[in-house]
Amino acid sequence: MQAVAAQTRQLSFWAENAAPIGLVALVIVFSILSPTFLTLGNIRAMLVAAAILVILAIGQAFVITTGGIDLSISATMTLGAIGFGLAFSNGLGFWASALVAILSAMLIGLINGLLIAKGKVTDFIATLGTLSVATGLALIISNGKPINVNSPELLTLTSGSLGIFGYPIILAAIVAAVAWFVMFRTRFGLHVQAVGGSEESAVANGISATKVRLAVYLIAAGLAGLAALLLVARVGAAEPAINTQFLLNSIAAVVLGGVSLTGGKAKIVGPVIGALLLTALTNGLTLLGVSQFYQPLAVGLVVVLAALLTRFQKK
Amino acid sequence: MTNTQPSPHTGTTPAGDFILTATDIKKSFGGVHALKGASMTMRRGEITALIGDNGAGKSTMVRSLSGIHKPDSGEITLDGKTVSFDNPNAARNHGIETVQQNLALVEDLTVWQNFFLGREKTHGFGPFRTLDRRVMRSTAEGMLKDLAVNVPPVSSKVRRLSGGQRQAVAIARAAGWGSKIVIMDEPTAALGVQETARVEGVINTLRDSGVAVLLISHNFDQVMRLSDHIWVMRAGTAVAERRTSETNGAELVALITGAKAS
Ligand SMILES: Nc1ncnc2c1ncn2[C@@H]1O[C@H](COP(=O)(O)OP(=O)(O)OP(=O)(O)O)[C@@H](O)[C@H]1O
Ligand SMILES: [Mg+2]
Repeated sequence: MQAVAAQTRQLSFWAENAAPIGLVALVIVFSILSPTFLTLGNIRAMLVAAAILVILAIGQAFVITTGGIDLSISATMTLGAIGFGLAFSNGLGFWASALVAILSAMLIGLINGLLIAKGKVTDFIATLGTLSVATGLALIISNGKPINVNSPELLTLTSGSLGIFGYPIILAAIVAAVAWFVMFRTRFGLHVQAVGGSEESAVANGISATKVRLAVYLIAAGLAGLAALLLVARVGAAEPAINTQFLLNSIAAVVLGGVSLTGGKAKIVGPVIGALLLTALTNGLTLLGVSQFYQPLAVGLVVVLAALLTRFQKK
Repeated sequence: MTNTQPSPHTGTTPAGDFILTATDIKKSFGGVHALKGASMTMRRGEITALIGDNGAGKSTMVRSLSGIHKPDSGEITLDGKTVSFDNPNAARNHGIETVQQNLALVEDLTVWQNFFLGREKTHGFGPFRTLDRRVMRSTAEGMLKDLAVNVPPVSSKVRRLSGGQRQAVAIARAAGWGSKIVIMDEPTAALGVQETARVEGVINTLRDSGVAVLLISHNFDQVMRLSDHIWVMRAGTAVAERRTSETNGAELVALITGAKAS
């Protein structure tokens, strides 16, 4: 009996800390296998590459904490990118275009929120629908063609850095810090956790579950709009691409970060580390010359393993 | 049809002595008529008991009085003024605190977070308000100490508490706000002998400090011991009222089952 208990305790330790342990393990393995993995240049590149996923994972974490899910998050980002591209090519400056990107993304968030919070549509179905809607809108307004963007501000955003920390990852770090603060130090954050933990009890204590749900989908979409800027900056153009990988990875990062999909247990640092881990995995495999085809497989295996481990989390 | 329903304003009590009256409350859930025109009263400074079989509509009445349900029709008055609660905060703002039958605790949150859920203490101003965690922790600790025999640490998750500890948390939460009315829906259902005695002590203390208490209980001894006045519900209506001093267990059983008309 005691042995079993000790074993479960050990498993729960692994489950709680899957993301940091996995990240350290990956770094050790890849730095042994590839001499370039731990060079400053590669670390810098990895951190820049991780920024978009970190921001999306934080948005997804807010939604998942309420027990919901946002399948439209990467399509929303795409729509935000197209919004930026169109605004910018029509002569609006960088800042105005950035605002357009975030607002057009939040439009999808608003639809998600209204459908789910007011219309009581299942989150899965609602966001599957808006995934398609956002993708379609992006294709329609861009005519299916990438929009080239030549913005000096975007150039600074991709190429600027403080030491090994490029501006994108600094932006992501700021988002993470603010998100942590909002989640764990404000009334709103507490209400997000309460609604995810038990909507009935939260409502019985005067919390409006409708407002909370609406807010988390708006947050996720707003962050997707912010991530859209980094995406456009990285590609140099606004593309109506589908970006499914970002969707799957944003959910995977949250799960790796130890957040249960049933809601109620909030984490911000975990999903951030999850996002770093997934980026390091892709980067390491590329450095080792593993075919692109194997990368989704590797990501999938890691996620399934993490999902299995979460069964042993402390309740 | 004979009118077996007592009017809330009959008897010798002047209307001004009622702190709360509920008149002809109806509430349906789809096809289920949980309340079919129930009326009841609570008097100032008294413990009013609400009894009845399972499914009689007691908790639905409680949830209507605490702002969780909006009655389909009927009138609630508080201190003689008609009130209507759109949400639980409205009832709380009117001085009505409730221990729900399901306790309304969020298991994933800590004890102190549950204590202040929905009315957290903050510091700072405007959009930069942050939770005043220190004050909330120590307040919760103080409120809980008076009540629980086996005080759980206020920073532990409710999920880790025993059933009795959870009940103690919910009761301490409702009792600690200096309100006018405290409603307790089966507050001692999961409690041991010592804890039950403590909760009964809390209920008496509340009454002695002028709070009107509505006690829902299936325990007749407890009802006879604590209450001043008893309302009996059956199948969605309040069918009888008695002064506790003028009734006994056998009569209450007969009233609950319908063997005796009001
Ligand atoms: N939210 C709801 N949805 C549907 N039916 C409900 C709901 N709440 C209560 N009911 C129904 O209303 C009736 C009265 O229920 P209520 O919980 O008020 O009874 P009660 O007197 O508190 O019983 P108990 O002593 O078992 O707690 C029951 O038939 C119940 O099934
Ligand atoms: Mg009940």
